[in-house]
Amino acid sequence: MTQRTRNLLLLAPAGTWFLVMLIVPLSVVLIFSFGERAPAGGVVPAFTFEQYANLPARWAAFRNTLFLAPVGTIAALLIAYPLAYYLAVKVDPKWKMLLLVLVIVPFWTSILIRSYAWIFLLGGRGIPALLGWIGFEDIRLINTPFSVLVGIIYGYLPLMVFPLFVSLDRLDKRLLEASSDLGAKPWRTFAQITLPLSVPGIATGCMLVFILLMGEFLIPALLGGGKVFFVGNALVDLFLQSRNWAYGSAVAVTLVVVMLITVTIYMRLISRLGAHREDVSLM
Amino acid sequence: MTKFNDYISKQKFMEELYRYKRGSVTRRHFLNVTGLGAATAVLGAAVPGLLPRPAFAAGDIGDRVILATWPNYHEPANFEAFTEATGAHVQVNVFGSNEEMLAKLQAGGSGWDVYVPTNYTITTYVSEGLIEPLDASKLPNYDASAFDARYAEAGSVDGQLYAVPKDWGTTGLAINTAHNGGKAITSWKEFFDITRDSFSGRTMVHDYQLTTIGNALKYFGYSFNSVDEAELADAEKLLIDVKPHLFAISSDYQPSMRSGDAWLTMCWSGDGKQLNTDMPEIAYVLGAEGGEIWSDYYAIPKGAPHMDAAYALINFLLDPAVNAKEVLAHGYPTADANTFALLPESLRNDPILFPAQELLSPLEFGAAQTLTDPNRAELMARFKSA
Repeated sequence: MTQRTRNLLLLAPAGTWFLVMLIVPLSVVLIFSFGERAPAGGVVPAFTFEQYANLPARWAAFRNTLFLAPVGTIAALLIAYPLAYYLAVKVDPKWKMLLLVLVIVPFWTSILIRSYAWIFLLGGRGIPALLGWIGFEDIRLINTPFSVLVGIIYGYLPLMVFPLFVSLDRLDKRLLEASSDLGAKPWRTFAQITLPLSVPGIATGCMLVFILLMGEFLIPALLGGGKVFFVGNALVDLFLQSRNWAYGSAVAVTLVVVMLITVTIYMRLISRLGAHREDVSLM
Repeated sequence: MTKFNDYISKQKFMEELYRYKRGSVTRRHFLNVTGLGAATAVLGAAVPGLLPRPAFAAGDIGDRVILATWPNYHEPANFEAFTEATGAHVQVNVFGSNEEMLAKLQAGGSGWDVYVPTNYTITTYVSEGLIEPLDASKLPNYDASAFDARYAEAGSVDGQLYAVPKDWGTTGLAINTAHNGGKAITSWKEFFDITRDSFSGRTMVHDYQLTTIGNALKYFGYSFNSVDEAELADAEKLLIDVKPHLFAISSDYQPSMRSGDAWLTMCWSGDGKQLNTDMPEIAYVLGAEGGEIWSDYYAIPKGAPHMDAAYALINFLLDPAVNAKEVLAHGYPTADANTFALLPESLRNDPILFPAQELLSPLEFGAAQTLTDPNRAELMARFKSA
C-alpha cells in the first residue's frame, strides 16, 4: 500500500461524511430554493427567483438575528474574559481542574431543560416577583429580547470560556513580570501584553459562539414566546408549519450567505487586530 | 401486596374489626391491615374470569407504540394500564398544530403509530396518501352506531373508514376575570380590543393558523374559514397591530395562565375546563361572533412501524370505561353515547363541555382548504416573524 492510498483511505470516512452530510444536502437546499411551493406543502421543481424576491417578508427575523447574535457574543465575551483570566492566571493550581470541570457541568443537562428552567426564573413568579418585593413593580422579563439575551449568554458562556482560558493559560507569565519590572502599571501590562496575546482565544471564542448563535432557534422559541424571532425560527416555521420548502430553502441559503460574509469581514478585522489567521483555530 | 410474611394475630384482628365497625377507620384501612384486601385480590386472580381482560386479541404486539397527540390530552394512568395489559410502552409526542403534524408526515419517517388529526385535515391526509385505511374488525370497541354523526362523519372519506372519533370541543377564550373587575368578556372583538388596552402584554394566541387567523377573521364578522384575500389582509393587519401587546404566541398556554403571567388566551374547551376547575377565576367563553367547533380522531399513519400495537392502543382507548377516564382527565366531551353514560352527572351538565345550543350554532367546523391554503400559511408565518 503506497503512502498515497493509505492517506486516501484514512480520509475516506471524513470525506464521505462531508459529502453526504454537507455537500449533498446544501446542493438540495440550493435547488429547492429556485422551486415553488407544492399545493399541499413541500416543493415542486421550477426555476424562479420568486422565493428570493419574497425575502423582505422575513426582514424582522434577519434583523433580530443580526442584532442579538453579535450582542450576545460580545456580552458573553465580556463576562467570560474575567472568569477565564481568573482561572488561567490567578487561581491556585490545585483548584484549577475542579473549577474548570464546574464550567462544563451545565453541559451534562440538555440545553432544552436548562432553558425551561429559565422560563420559570424569568416568569412572573420568578425574578420579577423578587424585584417587586424590593419595590420594582410590574417588570416584565419573559418573552422579551432581554430574556432571549439572558438565555443566549447562559447557554453559550462555557463555549466562550474555554478558548479564552486556553490562550491565557499558555501565556508566558514571565512576560507579565518583565512588564512590571520595566515599570508598567497593571492596566498597561494588560492592554499591551495580556490582551494582544489572548486575541487568538478571543477570536476563536467569538467565532464559535457567533456562528452557533446565527443558527439558534431553541432559546428564542422558549424564552421569546414566539415574539423574538430568529432566522432559525423562521426556518422551522417554514418547514414545519407552513410547509413552504422552496421559500424556506431560499431563506436558508440567504442565511448561509450572510454568515459567510459576516465571518469574512470578521476575519479581516481580527487579522488587523494582530492575530494571525493560523491562530484562529476554527478557520 | 404479594408479600404475606406478616400475619395478624386473632386479638389484633378483632380490635381492627371493632375499630372498623365503630367507623373510626376506613374500610380500606381495615382491609389493608388485616390482609383481607390482599387475600381477596389473590383469590380473585386465581379465578381466570375475574382477571382484567386484555383490551386486544391475544398475541405479541411488541414493546412500544408511539402516539402523536396534543398537550394535556390524555389520562397517564390509562397508558400505564395499557402497558400493564399488553407489555407495550406508550411513547407520547406532543404537537401544537395540525400543520406541524402534516409537515412531519410529509417529510416522512415520523415513526408514529397513532396520531390525533382534527376533522378538517383527514381528506388531505387521504389525498396525500399519508393515512392508513382502518380495519374496523380490529377495533371491536368501536361501536359506530353509538357516536353522534356530527363528530364522527369526518373519519370516513368516500365510504372508507380512516379515523375513529376521540372527542370534540370548541375553541373559545379563557380569561382570568380577577384582572378585569371580576367580569369576563364575551366576544372576539373584545378579545383583541382589551389586548391593545388594559390587558396589554397579557394575552396569548395559538401558534396555529386555523384558530389565530380564524378568530381574527371573526373580529370583522368574516367566516372563521375564509380564504378570501381581502378578508385575510384585514385579519393580518389586526394581528400585526396586536402583536406588540401579546404575551406570547404559543399553543401551550396553560402554564402561563396558571402562573399568572398571562390573563387571557385563545383556548380549547378542555383546557378551559381544566383551568376553570383549578382556578375558578378563569372563565371559559365562546366568542359571540362564533369560532370553531371541532372533533379529533385517532388514526394510523401510512407505514406505521408498530401496526398491531396501534390498533391495540386505539381499541383500548375506545373502551368506554377507559374513555370515560380520559374525559375526566382532559375535559373534552366524547361523541360516544356509551362513554357519556359513564360520566358523572355534574360533567354531563357542564356548560364548558356542553355549551348551550344558541352558543354552539354560530360555530364552524374547520374547512379542509384552510390547511393547504398557501395564503393562510404564509400569513401566519409572516405574523410570527413580524
